[in-house]
Amino acid sequence: MSMMLNEDQEMLREAAAGFLNENAPVSAFRELRDSNSIGGFSRDLWSEMAQMGWAGILVPEEFGGSEFGMVGAGLIAEEMGKHLTASPFLATSVLAATAFSKFGSEAQKEHHLPKISAGETLYALAVDEGAKHAPAKTALKAERSGNGFKLSGAKTFVANGHVADHIIVAARTSGEAGDENGITLFLVEAETAGLKRSASKMVDSSSFARLQFEDVEVNADAVIGEVDAGYEPLDTILNAGRACLAAEMTGCADQSFNMTVAYINERKQFGVPVGSFQALQHRAAHLHTEIELAKAVTLAALQSLDTEEESAWRLTALAKTKVGQVALLAAQEGVQMHGGMGMTDAFDIGLYLKRVRVAGELFGDESWHANRIADALSF
Amino acid sequence: MSELETFRIQTRAWLEENCPPDMRDGAVSEATQCWGGRNWTFTSEGQKLWLERMAAKGWTVPTWPEDYGGAGLTKDEAEILQDEMTAIGARKPHDNFGITMLGPALLKFGTQEQKLEHLPPIARGELRWCQGYSEPGAGSDLASLRTKAEDKGDHYIVNGQKIWTSYADQADWIFCLVRTDFEAAKHKGISFVLFDMATKGVTTKPIKLISGSSPFCETFFDDVRVEKVNLVHEENKGWDVAKYLLTHERGMIGEVFGNMTGGRSLGEIAAHEIGVDDAGRVEEPLLRAKLVQAEIDSLAFSTLLQSVSERAEAGESLGAVSSVLKYYGTELNKRRHELLMEIGGSDELEWSDENDNGQRSKDWLRTKGNSIEGGTSEVQLQIIAKHILQMPGA
Ligand SMILES: Cc1cc2nc3c(=O)[nH]c(=O)nc-3n(C[C@H](O)[C@H](O)[C@H](O)COP(=O)(O)OP(=O)(O)OC[C@H]3O[C@@H](n4cnc5c(N)ncnc54)[C@H](O)[C@@H]3O)c2cc1C
Repeated sequence: MSMMLNEDQEMLREAAAGFLNENAPVSAFRELRDSNSIGGFSRDLWSEMAQMGWAGILVPEEFGGSEFGMVGAGLIAEEMGKHLTASPFLATSVLAATAFSKFGSEAQKEHHLPKISAGETLYALAVDEGAKHAPAKTALKAERSGNGFKLSGAKTFVANGHVADHIIVAARTSGEAGDENGITLFLVEAETAGLKRSASKMVDSSSFARLQFEDVEVNADAVIGEVDAGYEPLDTILNAGRACLAAEMTGCADQSFNMTVAYINERKQFGVPVGSFQALQHRAAHLHTEIELAKAVTLAALQSLDTEEESAWRLTALAKTKVGQVALLAAQEGVQMHGGMGMTDAFDIGLYLKRVRVAGELFGDESWHANRIADALSF
Repeated sequence: MSELETFRIQTRAWLEENCPPDMRDGAVSEATQCWGGRNWTFTSEGQKLWLERMAAKGWTVPTWPEDYGGAGLTKDEAEILQDEMTAIGARKPHDNFGITMLGPALLKFGTQEQKLEHLPPIARGELRWCQGYSEPGAGSDLASLRTKAEDKGDHYIVNGQKIWTSYADQADWIFCLVRTDFEAAKHKGISFVLFDMATKGVTTKPIKLISGSSPFCETFFDDVRVEKVNLVHEENKGWDVAKYLLTHERGMIGEVFGNMTGGRSLGEIAAHEIGVDDAGRVEEPLLRAKLVQAEIDSLAFSTLLQSVSERAEAGESLGAVSSVLKYYGTELNKRRHELLMEIGGSDELEWSDENDNGQRSKDWLRTKGNSIEGGTSEVQLQIIAKHILQMPGA
């Protein structure tokens, strides 16, 4: 496993940074937010990203993808984190792409992967049912009915769930909430009868959906993977998402930090830049160190997912925990070191604080993943 | 029965009879505060009655002398009143920077006329005050402020700009720091003046906060006339008043934010929202560890508050101790709100513009200002190092 980027990856990073600087600066995010757009992102921008190969970043070339792998996806996520770019990247190009390319049937691959690469069709992954992440607690019921299944229950905190064309749903086909066995993944068309969707604006102005399933009928071929054996595939799909969230938060941390250092070097009190006070210098130096760790652990997780190492899940849990903590710290310190300015909506630092809270919560917060690591290490 | 016990029983009975039902939910959020003043719209009949009844008893400012609208309670009696209010979940009847900031300063530095004029309307919730200290160039280095007051005989003409003036757009009066001597050393040319926000030449421009609301403003003074009868303490000695007021403000901030255990504990909230295992423990072990640490620190902090208050009662001059309270109380409050967000998970990340929904995330964002307003945590630590520890070079 290499902890350095190769040439292609370096080029991808530069291209991503350049494109987002130009087309999706934080001001674009503010415009979206203030226009109260329900989708929460720009479709045109997404089409452009698809043309550059970002939508199909995890999709094999035979299905029209750019097949850059997780490191590539992480690089894009990190740049998006810096720019607070709102896009369907995570839900469609990371979660759904992983689901189909790793666990889809040939027919599912052929049908969906090219659509993902083209950036035309949007997907969502519906896992959680309560306020805290808990995939094993899946209770949404899927009962056999005729040639297929009937789904009843509710999902919450579904990224892009209100705009997606297709939703991948974790449902219980046997056992009880809390069991890892007995979970099955289904692909449900958003327009199916009995499925109600409502959008929620979150603190970071992103949109998530709550979904209500009332006897939603699907065919047997809507199953992704095997019946009752969906937990592990789900975890693999989630790990791709978690690693990209870690990458995104690394970008948020980096940007918060850079903005803050620039601010304290500029802002004068007592006749000198406040950045000349050692009290702030040491905290900045500490943050720098933490962010270095965050970057390293993120890359390690992404690399391990690409090479499908056995330890990949653990590195991913490590990244989600560590980066979640570091990014929150960087944003909190950023607000504090901006003084009154940090509390204003006009300054960007608060936007990062909000984003990091949401990204940190999604697919398991720091405690959830830390528990998992402790369990695995048996202490 | 001791006099204090009698007082407790009478207080309990009076509160039971007079506190309106909707004022008993123990709410302490920004959305439920009653600020009073000329522009105030009561959120309910109960809120109005509660303010009127408490003001008539002198209990909005229980320790102030009766002449100034208080009830002249001793510290012990005031504590009993507070305990009994907490016991029934009574809301604070009235918040006003006049109570927590200007009042103590006027009681110490004001003339008899100034006290009689300004304190009773504060006690009754008729006039709402704001604090004009910070300027764009003078935050942590407050003493470098440049808002200028020119001496015109019986009045001053004030020109300049303040920033971060909380509720300036809704306040009736301002207590304001101005520079009356540009030649003197920076602490020695400052005066403390009071004026009506309706005076010609005063304008305010709200600033939007990260929590979505706009409680503070840029405040501009353009040839504002301020009568000299409204100069508090001597000309060019405003820094003494400003500092004394800040000491109170900091003590108060520390106390308020450090002592929010009145309602449910974090542990109870987590047990309710996240669930418990068979042994009744909050299901998330790591979260549970963080919650209990916060609880330990809160309880320890409340014992410190108690001890500081007894020392003050015994006549000890506390000065920089208020920085200890301010620093710890606000940092603790920020931590508590981070934990509330963690407990609430995705439900509490929702944001909506209605008052009740999304309140937890707004409160969380608002707490980030606790360690900035009234002097930042860094400034408090510096004060502790300098004035309490007397460290070299501090
Ligand atoms: C919610 C809120 C309400 C407020 N309400 C009012 C009000 O009603 N009236 C009013 O007058 N003001 C008010 N303020 C202003 C507040 O008092 C100032 O924001 C505060 O004093 C900090 O000043 P500043 O914003 O200029 O930050 P700066 O002084 O520019 O500080 C920037 C950063 O540098 C740090 N720093 C500065 N000096 C040092 C040092 N020597 N050593 C180490 N670090 C240092 C600070 O701690 C901070 O982290 C309010 C502020 C907030 C956030």
